[in-house]
Amino acid sequence: MNTPLLEVDGLKKHFPLRGGWLRRVTGQLRAVDGVSFRLQAGRTLGLVGESGCGKSTLGRAILRLQEPTAGRVLLEGRDITAMTPAALLAARRRMQIIFQDPYASLNPRRTVGQAIREPLDVHRIGTPVERDARVLELLDTVGLSARVRHRYPHEFSGGQRQRVGIARALALEPALIVADEPVSALDVSVQGQVLNLVARLQRERGIAFLFISHDLAVIQHVSDAVAVMYLGRIVEYGPAALLYREPQHPYTQALLSAVPMPDPARRRRRIVLPGEVPSPVASPAGCAFHPRCPRARALCRQERPELRSLPGGDPGSQVACHFPGPG
Amino acid sequence: MAGTALLSVRNLTVEFDGRAGRLRAVDAISFDVLAEETLALVGESGCGKTVTGLSLLRLVPQPPGHIVAGEVLLDGEDLLALPERALRRLRGRDIAMIFQEPMTALNPVFSIGAQLGTVLRRHQGLSRRAARARALELLEQVGIPEPARRIDEYPHQLSGGQRQRVMIAMALSCGPRLLVADEPTTALDVTTQAQVLAEIGRLQRELRMAMILVTHDLGIVAESCDRAAVMYCGRIVEMRTTAALFSTPHHPYTVGLLEAIPRIREERLADLPVIPGRVPDLAQLPAGCHFAARCPRATDLCREVVPAPLPTADGGLVACHHPYP
Repeated sequence: MNTPLLEVDGLKKHFPLRGGWLRRVTGQLRAVDGVSFRLQAGRTLGLVGESGCGKSTLGRAILRLQEPTAGRVLLEGRDITAMTPAALLAARRRMQIIFQDPYASLNPRRTVGQAIREPLDVHRIGTPVERDARVLELLDTVGLSARVRHRYPHEFSGGQRQRVGIARALALEPALIVADEPVSALDVSVQGQVLNLVARLQRERGIAFLFISHDLAVIQHVSDAVAVMYLGRIVEYGPAALLYREPQHPYTQALLSAVPMPDPARRRRRIVLPGEVPSPVASPAGCAFHPRCPRARALCRQERPELRSLPGGDPGSQVACHFPGPG
Repeated sequence: MAGTALLSVRNLTVEFDGRAGRLRAVDAISFDVLAEETLALVGESGCGKTVTGLSLLRLVPQPPGHIVAGEVLLDGEDLLALPERALRRLRGRDIAMIFQEPMTALNPVFSIGAQLGTVLRRHQGLSRRAARARALELLEQVGIPEPARRIDEYPHQLSGGQRQRVMIAMALSCGPRLLVADEPTTALDVTTQAQVLAEIGRLQRELRMAMILVTHDLGIVAESCDRAAVMYCGRIVEMRTTAALFSTPHHPYTVGLLEAIPRIREERLADLPVIPGRVPDLAQLPAGCHFAARCPRATDLCREVVPAPLPTADGGLVACHHPYP
């Protein structure tokens, strides 16, 4: 089998919690607690979960924007976590990130043209004239007119700023883009425009996306495969169509049933989960979901279920549950 | 739905001082809220739905806001013309409001019990002890776990979902006839949102209360509301029962919005349908119909003449020169 574009193996990111006047470490916040998956070139993995599940931290740890506590991240077979700063800088040409609020990542005093050109300047790609030409090309790719390059970020709407963020991420022709809630701050009539742009880039340029969102409908629209996270771990993974049609994990089922559907004629059975997501500082023993799970039994309180393929089930799907099955 | 109007809004117009002069955030809108019904005010950011909700109780900061015209009639009395003292008595007692971010509405330095107690003592004249007992009851009613312990905690000690439940308890403490809920679950996760919406629905039925639900989420409209008013650039473009709105939307904006929302589908689409362009800036609103520039059905008439709201066959309203059948 050929090498996947991205291979994440046992990735952990823990944040020490300090207390007392000596600021001693009193505990660990396990934001990402042992995540493994593979992403092939040109494919999109949707990473979905509620706030605090660790999905954004996972995205940042993969790019080493935050140092992982343990585990490996292989990009095109090379271990990102073991790279020297110089090697990491070079590797970053191959992987870029776009954020929920591009406004926060754009310098307000630099024009949009300068912002898009910056990665080319940093990596010394082409002559200055070639870089300017490339900026025009990138603006065109994301559907912005050439004249906007002289404007400043505050003069743009949210949707346009997100296009600028995407143009900037595309400048280095990366193989992988981590997109962290890229449409969550946008109105629905604009969301579609940005999602279609992402889909087109993937089709035409073969860029792989790790697409992080809390929105199950958005995730379904862009993803080939989906990973559902709960308290720092993947609880279910599989091809998007199958995972949405026949979710096996009770958390995935509850999550899907909780999404309000814009269709008053269709009445569904809603699974309302009791309680709330526990703190990642004091994750429950056994299966972290057991206190809220309608299927929990004694085994679930004692032993943590590993992510595995089900015997007789789809070989490309995995679920971390002692009692998986349709709801 | 019985047809008696609890609240009637007529010709409400609200403006704000902007850098380049007055901006009209709400443009002569009229609607009724019927007893015990849930009416959605739905639209994208900047459409005027929140300002409308705030204006009903004159909660728009003035200045920079100005309620320049209109009436809000409750029992035949115009709330916009009431003296401030009378209005303050009425807030909470007859009409209560909850917001998207309860943390901004709760006072961080007082315990939950103290804040609930203040409302109960002021509006219902309860003694300190009776107010505490009632506060405990209310916390239990809105589904706060371990209310006896929670009552002495401070807002920051609660999760987002619990804070919103406390806000609901406070809003419902005086048994209002109308609740104005402005994006009450937007800041919450989807499973918590489901809990809180279920709770609001249950309490609404128990208390036989009407509700105006301000939201951008058409999924929530479909599942929780009897009727919906779709707003665009300060105007109501279509107002129908929820079932009618979703099955036969008449206004091209409603049609576009319903197609554009990312929804969980049986089959994945190659491309999401989109509404071209974007919402115009309030400082540069076009003449005529504000949606004309993005509308596939627009003609010269639309660019010149504001379409008046006209009744539909099913008792709703649509403001469009060329509505879909």
